[in-house]
Amino acid sequence: MANAPASTPEVPFLRDPRVRSVLWQALLILLLIAAAVGLFLLAAANLQRAHITSGFGFWNQPAGFDISQTLIDYSSSTSTYGRAFWVGLCNTLLVAAVGIVLATIVGFTIGIARLSTNWLVAHLAAGYVQLIRNVPLVLQLLFWYNAVLKALPNFGDSIHLPGGGYLNNRGLYLPAVDFGGGGDVVLAALGAAIAIMIALVVLARRGRIAAGLATALALAGLIGLPVGAALVSGAQVSFVFPQLSRFNVRGGLEMTPELVALLTGLVIYTGAFIAETVRAGLSAVQRGQVEAAQALGLSRLLTLRRVIIPQAMRVIIPPLTSQYLNLTKNSSLAVAIGYPDLVQIFTGTVLNQTGQAVEIVAVTMAVYLVISLTTSFVMNIYNARMALRER
Amino acid sequence: MSSVAAIGTEHRLVFVRTAPAPSLPPPFASTGVIGWTRANLFGTPFNAVMTVLVVLLFIWVVPPLVRFLLVDAVWTGSDRQACLATVAHPEVGACWAFVREHLAYFTYGSYPIDGRWRVDIFFAMLAVGMGWLLWLNAPHRGLGALYFFGIFPIVSFFLLYGLPALGLEIVDTSRWGGLMVTVVVAAVGIVFSLPLGILLALGRRSHMPALKTVSVVFIEFVRGVPLVTVLFMASVMLPLFLPPAWSPDKLVRALVGVALFSSAYMAEVVRAGLQAIPRGQWEAASALGLGYWQTLRFVVLPPALRITIPNILNTYVGLFKDTTLVFFVGIYDFLKTIEAAREDPTWATPVTSVSGYAFAALFYFTCCYSMSRYATSIERRLGRSERR
Repeated sequence: MANAPASTPEVPFLRDPRVRSVLWQALLILLLIAAAVGLFLLAAANLQRAHITSGFGFWNQPAGFDISQTLIDYSSSTSTYGRAFWVGLCNTLLVAAVGIVLATIVGFTIGIARLSTNWLVAHLAAGYVQLIRNVPLVLQLLFWYNAVLKALPNFGDSIHLPGGGYLNNRGLYLPAVDFGGGGDVVLAALGAAIAIMIALVVLARRGRIAAGLATALALAGLIGLPVGAALVSGAQVSFVFPQLSRFNVRGGLEMTPELVALLTGLVIYTGAFIAETVRAGLSAVQRGQVEAAQALGLSRLLTLRRVIIPQAMRVIIPPLTSQYLNLTKNSSLAVAIGYPDLVQIFTGTVLNQTGQAVEIVAVTMAVYLVISLTTSFVMNIYNARMALRER
Repeated sequence: MSSVAAIGTEHRLVFVRTAPAPSLPPPFASTGVIGWTRANLFGTPFNAVMTVLVVLLFIWVVPPLVRFLLVDAVWTGSDRQACLATVAHPEVGACWAFVREHLAYFTYGSYPIDGRWRVDIFFAMLAVGMGWLLWLNAPHRGLGALYFFGIFPIVSFFLLYGLPALGLEIVDTSRWGGLMVTVVVAAVGIVFSLPLGILLALGRRSHMPALKTVSVVFIEFVRGVPLVTVLFMASVMLPLFLPPAWSPDKLVRALVGVALFSSAYMAEVVRAGLQAIPRGQWEAASALGLGYWQTLRFVVLPPALRITIPNILNTYVGLFKDTTLVFFVGIYDFLKTIEAAREDPTWATPVTSVSGYAFAALFYFTCCYSMSRYATSIERRLGRSERR
């Protein structure tokens, strides 16, 4: 070993792996820079020829178009393109948030059903997963929107849903909870309860308090705080039921057919993928683990809580997050049915009106990238913490 | 022991069994149909309730569905009159006559009628190539790969686009449509994504920091954004970055978008396969004096790709479903032709949309399901060889 350098044959300069590595990388970087500069010059020349200004000056110009669903204040006459961007982003986040919650419920139900000992249930769930996963999402969205929701009866013959809702070709109307002015207080209390819950979970993880106590306290806080706040602030909590009037439906929670179709399609589609993730996770728990738990005399519920779920979740959560990301990215297919999401408003209408393709496509991609990268960052931390500490 | 002996000596034995008693059949209720039913459908009270619920669901859903799709369906007719509810036929099912009438449009789009034989030859060539590659015991599969990834794309391009020197007149891509475009987009994605994906995966695992960074940034960027935005980027930004003289046409832009998008996903699939190859394989190849590309060609890639085949095929299934997105950038793929025909006023009936979508769903389901079944069978086959 000591005389190894002496016995190494003389390597020609260009054959030395280190030299070649540096040369190749320098070549790559040079090529990339050349391509970037060339593309920039070409784009600048093309833009000048087409008389398109560049930059974000359009951001503060009035938009002048209507948006069918706005979660934040927006008016076609006074609002700017920038405001339209935020409206679209809020609509995208709304679909993503509601879709993720519903798809998780559907996915876990179907995933557990696939492992049912009941032959019919297991095969029904398997059929659902196969059918939904093998048909493109765009087709499913078009089906829900054009063939189901647009074909619903007119508002005069609205379908009465159990619980006081209405469904017609103008949308879905559900009962809403009204806090009679105390909504902000209740919301704040709910936020505080969630914060306390997180703190309790952290404390329980570190072994400061018993897990059972933490769970009980968290549940009590989650229910007690908002209810208490509502009582203390004297808010009149009441349900507002949608009322059929002569020309429209008043009151309650109104959802446009586009939103309903998009949510239905996304939830059913992503639910099928989540079901496979859940099934894989549950199957990954070895049979011996369950048998050992039974041998120790653990009840079925305890086996589930203490043995199966902790091990299955370790396997389920990483692919589950990527399904959540897929749902968020797939919500961009809203373009197909005209739901005003980020892509439809910004990459569609705003791009057509301003023609500033580079800036708009870049901003849209940046939004999705930030969402994806943040999630993967959090996931990496989670994975590092959850990785099995092997001897 | 002693008592047996005692009894024996007194000759008071009445019965000694010399052969085992014949085994009785299992209880009637635990075998056959009844046993299976008890075990799989009515094992617990909860299971029994679920079984009843599922059966009720079937009774509620299946008969109307069969009636709509088959019994009440309209199979022949030349316009909307055939599919409208009348006093004589108050119940109208799916309007298959509409699908039949538009079948040629769904297949060829607006491709010139006297040139459709060219598309037919393209389909036949594709079928030959796919059969060659997918049939695992086919002769000369290496030649098949060369045909599919080399000869077939070039010949198809001239066949479909045209080659005036051979008397094939040019057909502009704006007239392409239907199944043909779906197949072209999928085939381009399939043919380009694997080589690009392998290169990206190798780049990501490279020891050269610059190369690694470029690969990681590209892969994570593309995987982090929806395909729609990639297609929009390709369709509105590509013309900006090219000299006006060679501004690519709409279809080419979408193809570039699809190829880049799927190669990023393919890169991750291939990377997983590369990671499964132990480092010792590389070291052994180095010790034998093989260079980097020789190691890849003879030692690392063959097993890495073989274990990745099921995942590659599943990525192709995803890619095939994703081809439907090209209709956002104004390309008349299979789904878009159905969308367009659906709005044809001569066929405007309440059941037209459902019939069109049902047909499309059947088509996509058949393609994707058979592909994923094939992937599963390969996986099982690989698993068998692993166990041996």
